[in-house]
Amino acid sequence: MRDAGTGPYRAIFAARFLMMLQYRAAALAGIATQFWFGGIMVMALSAFYTEGGGSASITRAEAITYIWLGQAFLGLLPWNVDPEIAVMMRTGNVAYERLRPVDTYFYWFARAMAWRTAATLLRAIPLLLVTSVVFDWVGLGAWSLQPPQSGTALALFLLSMVAVVLLSSALTTLLNISVVWTISGQGINVFTNSLVLILSGMVIPLPLFPDWAHLMLLLQPLAGLVDIPYRIYFAHLSGAEAIAGIALQIFWTMLFIGLGHLCMTRTMRRIQIQGG
Amino acid sequence: MGALGLYGRYAMASIKGQLNYPASFVLLTIGQFLSTIVEFIGIAALFSRFQSLGEWTLAQVALFYGTVNIAFAVADMISRGFDVFGPLFVKTGEFDRLLLRPRATPLQLLGYELRLMRLGRLLQGVLVLAIAVSRLDLAWGLAETALLLAAVAGGVAFLLGLVVLQATLAFWTVESLEVANTLTYGGVAAAQYPLEIYHNWFRQFFTFVVPLSCVAYFPIVGILGIDDPLGAPRWFLYLSPLFGFVFLAMALIAWRLGERRYASTGS
Amino acid sequence: MPQIAVQDLSKTYRVAERRRGLIGAGRGLFSRTHRAVEALKGVSFGLDRGELVGIIGPNGAGKSTLIKILCGILMPSSGHCEVDGLVPWDQRIRHVARIGVVFGQRTQLWWDLPVIDSFELLRDIYRVPEVSFRATAETLISLLRIDQLLHRPVRQLSLGQRMRCDIAAALLHSPSILFLDEPTIGLDANSKLALRDFIKHLNRHNGVTVILATHDMQDIGALAERVLIIGHGRILRDGSIAAMRADTPGQRRLVIDFSEDVGDITVEGATVLSRTGRRVAFAFDSRVTAAHTLIGRLTADHDIAELSIEEPTIEELIADFYASHGAVEA
Repeated sequence: MRDAGTGPYRAIFAARFLMMLQYRAAALAGIATQFWFGGIMVMALSAFYTEGGGSASITRAEAITYIWLGQAFLGLLPWNVDPEIAVMMRTGNVAYERLRPVDTYFYWFARAMAWRTAATLLRAIPLLLVTSVVFDWVGLGAWSLQPPQSGTALALFLLSMVAVVLLSSALTTLLNISVVWTISGQGINVFTNSLVLILSGMVIPLPLFPDWAHLMLLLQPLAGLVDIPYRIYFAHLSGAEAIAGIALQIFWTMLFIGLGHLCMTRTMRRIQIQGG
Repeated sequence: MGALGLYGRYAMASIKGQLNYPASFVLLTIGQFLSTIVEFIGIAALFSRFQSLGEWTLAQVALFYGTVNIAFAVADMISRGFDVFGPLFVKTGEFDRLLLRPRATPLQLLGYELRLMRLGRLLQGVLVLAIAVSRLDLAWGLAETALLLAAVAGGVAFLLGLVVLQATLAFWTVESLEVANTLTYGGVAAAQYPLEIYHNWFRQFFTFVVPLSCVAYFPIVGILGIDDPLGAPRWFLYLSPLFGFVFLAMALIAWRLGERRYASTGS
Repeated sequence: MPQIAVQDLSKTYRVAERRRGLIGAGRGLFSRTHRAVEALKGVSFGLDRGELVGIIGPNGAGKSTLIKILCGILMPSSGHCEVDGLVPWDQRIRHVARIGVVFGQRTQLWWDLPVIDSFELLRDIYRVPEVSFRATAETLISLLRIDQLLHRPVRQLSLGQRMRCDIAAALLHSPSILFLDEPTIGLDANSKLALRDFIKHLNRHNGVTVILATHDMQDIGALAERVLIIGHGRILRDGSIAAMRADTPGQRRLVIDFSEDVGDITVEGATVLSRTGRRVAFAFDSRVTAAHTLIGRLTADHDIAELSIEEPTIEELIADFYASHGAVEA
């Protein structure tokens, strides 16, 4: 059913994107909260670095950069379900999804991608600007976001971020699909949220976990959401390692897209059974 | 029926309503337990790597963490009425109905809903606290128990005060300002570590402006039986939770002012 | 000594003005001009214990403002008001313990709870002793016929069922005054009649003072001997419907079913109000033209199958009254 070309997917992307951009006021309030939380994490981590023993493979400045990048791109984490889907389920409008002359999975994928990127764009720019440039100006340089290690690092980082968007959209779509399957219409995100937070590196940067866990943590899919791109940014992963990291992101993305696509037919059938 | 008795009735009614959806409640509670415990797992990992946080050990930090989380869980459980006050009561004019009942409106808002799912955070806090107590070599007597209860009670009062203040804003502006969420969740995130580790200005803000340290730091130092690195005298450690209640009282005064404004401008 | 004494009550709202256009919106960020809206201007009246009063007026006339002040949830800008010796907004808790309020559009019952649970919660809120609660509840439940509904959650009830439960809820604490705001709105004919009977019974038998704010003139006609007409924030009239009729003594309507088609009929002494097929309604003043004279004129030229003479309906009376006082909907 792809004879419609990419038109419908671009259309839904644009629609959702523009709609999300309207939530400016909420975004502003959210940004303040993020400065706060990021700040607390930075302060606590700084205290560990200065006053603790032991050693870490990433420096304090790198860890702080890691945290601020995490806050800036928080919107990309697949941690909540698209409220539109929940509403569609409740009202029964979800049945209309079957009527559209598109591949439902990719339709939902495009929708998820729009949602994540729009939510992120609103917050990322001010957060990145303030934590890097403004912090230096006002003398908070010790806690600021560092610039990328090099031009190559930056380029690889951007590639990696594209992979993050795709990976996150794939996971988000799986979450949205789960909403159709759970009785309460809440989705499995109730459980996956905690996993996403800790295994991506949002609670603490993954390199700070015990050494014996490092390989496991790197290979699991959620590392590709936060850990891999940010370590590429400050060249903790560089050259061949960086490429391998991006490849790992792509691998998991393809897997989840495949899984989601497979689920979609059965999901659509279930919607029909439920009477929509 | 007195205020406490009435609150009990409200709570029963709310619980009854939520138990109509048992699966949902269980799932949400477990989910919350997991979401909150990952925070502690992170802290434990950091201690595993850095071995110490200045003078503080993991067990000590766990005491701070557990207490603050318990207080927050309880405050969170009872404060939903204030959370939704702006959109569900002011905007809709439903607040009129509360004014038509011969009871104080804060009491009625407390009774609005008892969010059972916050038990997830509560259980997590209790677990961490238990770990802390078992690994700390403390002489646990009456004084320590009293301090712990005071810290939790004061913490609940303080956090409730923050939520009441945010709700009070709704009397003046239609826009929902999420400021207090920043302070509650953010304050809790900060206080899970001993506040001593932070910079001066941060500590001062959270002692003199927003008395978080009075309920989350000083009493715990008292329990630990050590000399406060910040130099607070012993008697202050015991008295500090009171400031949580003072804060709540001030918030309720602001609330009364807001109520009066509502009554003079109409809805 | 009136139970409710209102003296020179005024209420002015300050409404922030919205500026128009882009520049206006920009300016609006820095300063707001305010417009004063006078919702009530010098309202005075007294109500005795056990009276049943209707309050009517076009939308925006000040009805809800007045009711809210009497209930104690709104403060007036100036003037005095005492209900059972208490100043409503100053002594809120004591005052609201003695009144019951029913809003037609909203329920005060808890949405997810069975009705009886809501009742018991209200009993606790109003501190009603168990024994009197039992007695009062039983009476109300049987009078309002809601015994089958007690264990159903409120969200499952129809509008009529919910209204009956809401009325019961408002009376559980045996208030001496009952405020009703559009209680019959959206109800079917039977429910309306039943509700009116109940209110009448409550007022006559139990001596509950009833204040009824409504647009439904049938409610007024059935219940209210005394009516306060509010327009532009003032009391335009405080009296009975009968007195209003007496004020416009001659207005009559003559409705004739002709035996044949009559086309554009005219007759001296009357104006045509409406024509539907062979039925024509004429308006005339009986003091100027006697009814039989008019009928005589018509039968002279036409055959009449049926006729009836009517006084103005309450709606017409009120609508004319509004119009003559310029008190149309704001």
